[in-house]
Amino acid sequence: MAKPEGVVAKPGSSKKYKTGSWRTKKPVFKHDKCTDCRICVMVCPDGVIFGADKEYHADMDFCKGCGICAEECPVNDIEMVLEVR
Amino acid sequence: MKKLIEGSMAVAEAIKVCRPHVISAYPITPQTHVVENLSQFVADGELKSEFVNVESEFGAASVVLGSSATGARAFSCTTSQGLLLMLEVLYNIAGLRLPVVMVVANRAVSAPINIWCDHQDAVTVRDAGWIQLWAEDNQEAYDMCLQAYRIGETPEVSLPVMVNFDGFILTHAFEPVDVIEQKDADQFLPPYKPAQYLTTKNPLTFGLLVDPDYYAETRYRLQVAMEDSKKIIEDVADEFKSKFGRYSGGLVEKYRLDDADTAVISMGSVSGTIKEVVDSLRDEGKKIGLLRIRVLRPFPKEAIFAALKDVKNIIIMEKNISLGLEGMLATEIKACFYAKEKQPKVSGYIVGLGGRDIPQDSIRNTILKAEKELAQAEFVDLKHQLIGGVL
Amino acid sequence: MKKPEIKESLLAPGHKACAGCGEALAARIIMDAAGPNTIVTAATGCLEVFSTLYPQSAWKMPWIHSLFENSSAVAAGIEVALKAMGRENEAKVIAQGGDGATADIGIGCLSGMFERGHDVLYVCYDNEAYMNTGIQRSGLTPFEASTTTSPSGEISWGNKTDKKPMPEIAAAHKIPYVATATVGYVKDLEKKVKKALSIKGPKYLQVHCPCPLGWAHDPALTIKVAKTAVQTGLIPIFEMEQGKITSVRKIAKKQPVEEYLKLQARFRHLFKKPGGEAEIKRIQQIADNNIEKYGLM
Repeated sequence: MAKPEGVVAKPGSSKKYKTGSWRTKKPVFKHDKCTDCRICVMVCPDGVIFGADKEYHADMDFCKGCGICAEECPVNDIEMVLEVR
Repeated sequence: MKKLIEGSMAVAEAIKVCRPHVISAYPITPQTHVVENLSQFVADGELKSEFVNVESEFGAASVVLGSSATGARAFSCTTSQGLLLMLEVLYNIAGLRLPVVMVVANRAVSAPINIWCDHQDAVTVRDAGWIQLWAEDNQEAYDMCLQAYRIGETPEVSLPVMVNFDGFILTHAFEPVDVIEQKDADQFLPPYKPAQYLTTKNPLTFGLLVDPDYYAETRYRLQVAMEDSKKIIEDVADEFKSKFGRYSGGLVEKYRLDDADTAVISMGSVSGTIKEVVDSLRDEGKKIGLLRIRVLRPFPKEAIFAALKDVKNIIIMEKNISLGLEGMLATEIKACFYAKEKQPKVSGYIVGLGGRDIPQDSIRNTILKAEKELAQAEFVDLKHQLIGGVL
Repeated sequence: MKKPEIKESLLAPGHKACAGCGEALAARIIMDAAGPNTIVTAATGCLEVFSTLYPQSAWKMPWIHSLFENSSAVAAGIEVALKAMGRENEAKVIAQGGDGATADIGIGCLSGMFERGHDVLYVCYDNEAYMNTGIQRSGLTPFEASTTTSPSGEISWGNKTDKKPMPEIAAAHKIPYVATATVGYVKDLEKKVKKALSIKGPKYLQVHCPCPLGWAHDPALTIKVAKTAVQTGLIPIFEMEQGKITSVRKIAKKQPVEEYLKLQARFRHLFKKPGGEAEIKRIQQIADNNIEKYGLM
């Protein structure tokens, strides 16, 4: 059936745009003292921290490097380091 | 079946057989009887619709926008200030390609506040992307409501449609109206099945931010849909006629224009009065006819040119003015003849503002005057004694 | 017990919110708490702009933006349409707006939605100014914050009014559920969304969302700023059911308002200009009044 074009977008199609290029600092997950609390997962504004069993990581295609995860990690197991490209 | 009913009831009856899922409106004179009648149908269980009483016309337009985007058939009704308050939403409904239908009981625009009929309200919003149908009488208003949904819901059109009928002159006039049985209406107007709507089954995003790389194309698509709707409007009118025996749609009405050298142009109920004047001038041997604009948007420039190409004298009588220039129709009618070989004389007269009566004598005198002059934005029956320090 | 696998959010990445955006975080938490069977509306504003730049969208649920001031009315239209078409079990409806869309330009439509009793959760993302247009003050801008239209200056301490009491205005409509929340406490936010959606009728949830750009704080401190707002008493976190306060988040250790203000350059003038101390006392008074009024301690 004919339908009006240019009115809608497909769900989740924003992933075509990689916001990782914005980053000036990146989180390094040290996997040392992690207690599996998942606070980093919960507080990531972009929802790009994944993983399980004390081994979490940020999807670097999208991580903007805001540093909230490192700031909020209760055991300082995430470190923000300068992004080198 | 013929019923002797008020115009507002005729429109309410028409909407009833269209079975809208959602009706939302805010009361404003002279639209009130339409929505009161619809509320009563809902209250009596005669019409199974959600009737949403809102805090403003802005809210009403927004509610029907949401409903239509969810795949529902939606209706609203307003006039004058209410229509202007909706303006932002009107553009939005069109841009989202939602086939909402709205009846406008045409009325003057404030200030000064005036509750009587002219066409300033709908004319002011003509660029919003709504198809605009204009009725001459209550039968036509009734028939246009059914046609409006058919036109707007046609997939390649997917545009909102406004049915205009004159405030008080039609809304409050009792006329015999042939009403359509529900089963016949259902045949003519099947349920609305949009190709895309808000549903968890296909979670699309509507109403995005569109940047300069894409915006012009969205407007172009609207323009194409508007142009393409002309044929749909005519097809729907033909189908309506084959089902119900009345031709009450189409783009323009041609009245005694066949051999005419003079044509009057008008919209709405005043056309009835003008037709009577045309008849009497014909009796006197004048070659005169009337072209009535039934569809203001899309503007039927091809149909207008075809109907008037051999006419020497065009006299426009319109109930609106684009302040600082002239009546809207005058400008647009002239545009139909741009770069054509034969250029008729086009005179523009402003009539009937704020409900001022337009007697046959005034129409007749204006026509006779127009033979000798070229008028631009001339106010007919202006009371000169009220101007120049009297008020 | 093994923790569940982390799935991609219903607000997908790739959206263009600033790094550290409190509103993006709040929206993500709210959408994931609501689940996919939700139809969502949005007012014009940062959220709409950063998530739906055509032809891409971050939303994975049916979503519509119409205008600045009608998110609630569009949501009402959706709710009645679902009912009229027998689809009411298909989805819950969430309407969203920023603080300006909610407390200023959209308050008429919002009041109508409350009054008519639509089964809609309205979420106000409160970042305390018109951020999308460049940090102009709104009805929810706090007292003496400097914004681009309430700047501090030689004879001005910034915004002259305190936050409009939107939760109380909502509650005055006799709606069943009103709550405030903050990205400082995301578990609490998540819980309130689920609770709100379990209640029939209109619900109002106001979420305090720090804006690193507009408040001028380090993006890494979004959560800390939000928590400090609560711990000073400036942002009371509570629930109102049927018009009565039924829960408050108690302040664990009361902090002076300076601790909150000094994190953000929008309050910098209070520490630089002579006479700032007296002004800070006035802000402390607002916090103390909140503590008293809501029983935060």
